[in-house]
Amino acid sequence: MNLIIVGLNHKTSPVEIREKLSFPADAMGDPLGRLIGHYGLNEAVILSTCNRVEVLAITSDMEKGVWQIKRFLSEFHDIPLERLDEHLYSHRGEEAVKHLFRVASGLDSMVMGEPQILGQVKDSYGFAVQHDAAGVIVNKLYHKAFQVAKRIRTETRIGESAVSISFAAVELARKIFGDLTGKAAMLLGAGEMAELAARHLLSNGVREVIVANRTYEKAIDLVKGFGGGCGKAIMFREFPHYLKGADIVIASTGSASFLIKPDQVHDCMRERKQRPMFFIDISVPRNIDPLVNNVNNAYVYDVDDLQGVVEANLKERSKEAEAAEGIIVEEIERFYRWIKSLDVVPTIIALRQQCDSIRKSEMEKAIQVLNLSEKDRKTLDAMTSAIVNKILHNPVTHLKRESNKIEGDLYIDTIRRLFDLDNSNNNALKKARGEEE
Amino acid sequence: MRLASSHNRVCWGDYPVDMSDILLYITSIVYLGATVVYSFYLFLRKDGLLKAAGRIFMAGFASHTISIILRWMEAGRTPVASFHESLSFFSWITVALYMYVLFKHRQRILGAFVAPFALVLLIMASFMPGRIIPLSPVLASYWLPVHVTLAFLGNAFFALAFFLGIMYVIQERYLKKRKLKGLFFILPSLESIDELNYKCLQYGFPLLTLAIITGAIWSQHALGSYWMWRPRQIWSLITWFLYAAQLHGRLTAGWRGRKAAIFSGTAFIVLLGSFIIINLISGGSHGLAFNG
Repeated sequence: MNLIIVGLNHKTSPVEIREKLSFPADAMGDPLGRLIGHYGLNEAVILSTCNRVEVLAITSDMEKGVWQIKRFLSEFHDIPLERLDEHLYSHRGEEAVKHLFRVASGLDSMVMGEPQILGQVKDSYGFAVQHDAAGVIVNKLYHKAFQVAKRIRTETRIGESAVSISFAAVELARKIFGDLTGKAAMLLGAGEMAELAARHLLSNGVREVIVANRTYEKAIDLVKGFGGGCGKAIMFREFPHYLKGADIVIASTGSASFLIKPDQVHDCMRERKQRPMFFIDISVPRNIDPLVNNVNNAYVYDVDDLQGVVEANLKERSKEAEAAEGIIVEEIERFYRWIKSLDVVPTIIALRQQCDSIRKSEMEKAIQVLNLSEKDRKTLDAMTSAIVNKILHNPVTHLKRESNKIEGDLYIDTIRRLFDLDNSNNNALKKARGEEE
Repeated sequence: MRLASSHNRVCWGDYPVDMSDILLYITSIVYLGATVVYSFYLFLRKDGLLKAAGRIFMAGFASHTISIILRWMEAGRTPVASFHESLSFFSWITVALYMYVLFKHRQRILGAFVAPFALVLLIMASFMPGRIIPLSPVLASYWLPVHVTLAFLGNAFFALAFFLGIMYVIQERYLKKRKLKGLFFILPSLESIDELNYKCLQYGFPLLTLAIITGAIWSQHALGSYWMWRPRQIWSLITWFLYAAQLHGRLTAGWRGRKAAIFSGTAFIVLLGSFIIINLISGGSHGLAFNG
């Protein structure tokens, strides 16, 4: 099995590059289709979050596959590969499995152990399924990845104090405003991360959170969740009117252009008598023009900047991370046992063994009933063997031939499932017997 | 003219030495120690160092206070007749104000700025002639302690505003550059620095105003004229306008934060510069040679 991952993340690239490479969630069909069709990959998944863009693929030739994905990223986003290449990493085979598991369980995240990434990985897999880019290996791999993430969450404390970005944002707000009591915050976009940040702010004394979301109903739902009349939902287009009243602004919409510009903030500042404003931009591409930071008393932090605040927490968590890495190694072994089984030769052997053991056990039963001579017994044995061989002849020949083709893994997996080869042969036999009895 | 009371004098070889002077030297050394420990704190950011520095500084302040009291008793008047005395008094009242702010607002790190400042003033004082000089009888009135205390207390508020301004500018720079390291972790929040800065202005400005008024009254009593356009009076008026402008800007146009920090910094440099230069030129040798 040739699994590869090519991509970049917050550690290898600045936000300027990441936002150029991001894939909008509502248009995944085209890039996935191209990866399979034009770039000749067998299966593909695109993961695009604010902190990473990765393409996972199954390919017949790993080196060629890596090269194809790089070409795809460069051509799809119209960025010369020379500019991109220094930021890209690639993982092959077992390394790639490990990487996926680590990403899914939040070990590779900016804030270690944060839970949001799992949802994003699930989405990315969902898109691949939806657009027919996921095959048998991707299916198995991702289900395994979700299982690993769940295991890590329950068996280690890594997610427990999951200080996400929102925590860091609150810490920063404290360095600007001191006491947050009586301050007002505004959310642009009602995503999970923004909600988390809003809750942290409220628990730190923020008086009111104004929520502006493109879907008004979602804003209302979010505000209801805050309770106690400390939230207020507004229509998205109205947000500029409320901007001047907000001390802290958290932007997390999927907008492709800047929603807040320096001039706007400049005007707000005049009306606010220069009281500071803190802008947190957790959206990629960014929603707040970075130049807003140049306005007096305005402070703009994007996801990358927040990393600096977060880093201290990382050290504390490294202990839990070790336990999590152990789980990952264990799960990779399990996954590889399955992957190995996808080789055609062991599958054929297992198939033959299973059929043969069924034949033998049925022979035993018949012999006990019929009182046969040695010669008859040999004849019966030869006959049943011939039946099994003839039945298996076509499947095995096809399996051998197809296994070298793109869909080969699918054939092997299908055979293994139809004949239940992954449970031990004995098991299968016992089952068969049980049904009879 | 009053002679120093004899019990305050000890002999060092053949030379009589003032007890208040010895205490002043000791104070300088202790302030130096505090400054060193504060600097270590700024680099290492260990809380223990800040506490230690604070205690050392407090001890220095105690010996400084005793030195000022002895000097006051020796001279029989507010010890601000010479530049030497003025520098020491200014240093002392700034530290005293810092101690009060510390007690009220817990801005401990401010000590890291006040300690070296107090030390520099004392070092300057040590280069000035330290003998007790007689005060001309016309100047010796109860307006002297009133005027001088108001003026120096006002200056001390402005000094603190200056240091808070420096702190603000540093912290603001970290936050704007988004590189969070070093002092960022120990400096207070922008708003709290700004608030305290404003408070210093709110107290310092009326004190400066009152100092100018009492100075004029004193001048009328002693010299028969409220206003004589002396360099000292002109410069204190300039300083007054600078702070008045800042206060006005703050109340009407929202001059806060960095702007306020830079403004209070500039105004204080003008204040301190004129205080030092005028005293050096006039030699600080008579009773009018000290106040702001």
